[in-house]
Amino acid sequence: MGMDIAFWILAVISVGAALAVVFMRDIFRVALFMILCFFAVAGIYVTLSADFLAAAQVLIYVGAIGVLLMFAIMLTREGKRGSLTGKLRPLAMLVAILFMVTMVLVVISADWNVAAEVSKEPTTARIAQSIFSRDGFVLAFEISAALLLAAAIGAIVLVREKEK
Amino acid sequence: MGVGLEHFLILSAVLFAIGLYGALAKKNAVVILMCIEIMLNAVNIAMVAFAHYGDAIAGQVFTIFIMVVAAAEVAVGLALIIAIFRRKKTLDAEEYDLMKW
Repeated sequence: MGMDIAFWILAVISVGAALAVVFMRDIFRVALFMILCFFAVAGIYVTLSADFLAAAQVLIYVGAIGVLLMFAIMLTREGKRGSLTGKLRPLAMLVAILFMVTMVLVVISADWNVAAEVSKEPTTARIAQSIFSRDGFVLAFEISAALLLAAAIGAIVLVREKEK
Repeated sequence: MGVGLEHFLILSAVLFAIGLYGALAKKNAVVILMCIEIMLNAVNIAMVAFAHYGDAIAGQVFTIFIMVVAAAEVAVGLALIIAIFRRKKTLDAEEYDLMKW
């Protein structure tokens, strides 16, 4: 019961914050509402008993990505123009609403195969076993490490000032 | 009726639609990047919901990989935006035509 109430509160917060991201003009507030949305999503992970992912969400999205976007906003100094919408706005609205209606109809009418009882154990150990076991995701794990290294080097190369 | 799998999937679809609208309609390149992040988060919610209700931990592992790719994408995307901003002095995505012909 408590989890149900928590879900509804977090759902309203996350959707409201996402709407604020899309419809507000002040770009700095947009970034702050995006961070709030990420926080609410971390709470939703908790209601799904995904403890490790909730912590990772707060660390990566709220901590790293939020701060990175803030820095980008400050570095580009275009805050006074605000977050404008382009010519495609009516079409984008139509596409988004069509997508949402379709997905909601499909989700409601589909017959989901839900497990008889859901486990409420901590998930960290199970995730580690799934990644590092013999037929697990070790290769994908190593590739993602290489991807992060390549992204860090690429970002440095792109942003560095050229020497005259 | 308690909260079930459908509720999380519908929440995910709503967040994805909001992010889709923003990514298509916004002019500011940084805001477009933020909306893409919201779409990725929406997909993550669906993944974790499937992992929870289907009792399959692979969904959570996929979510970790999506987070890794999202972090890399934001780092490179912002670097690109800052590099283009130095040359064009604007963040308006409709004025970026370096790769058009």
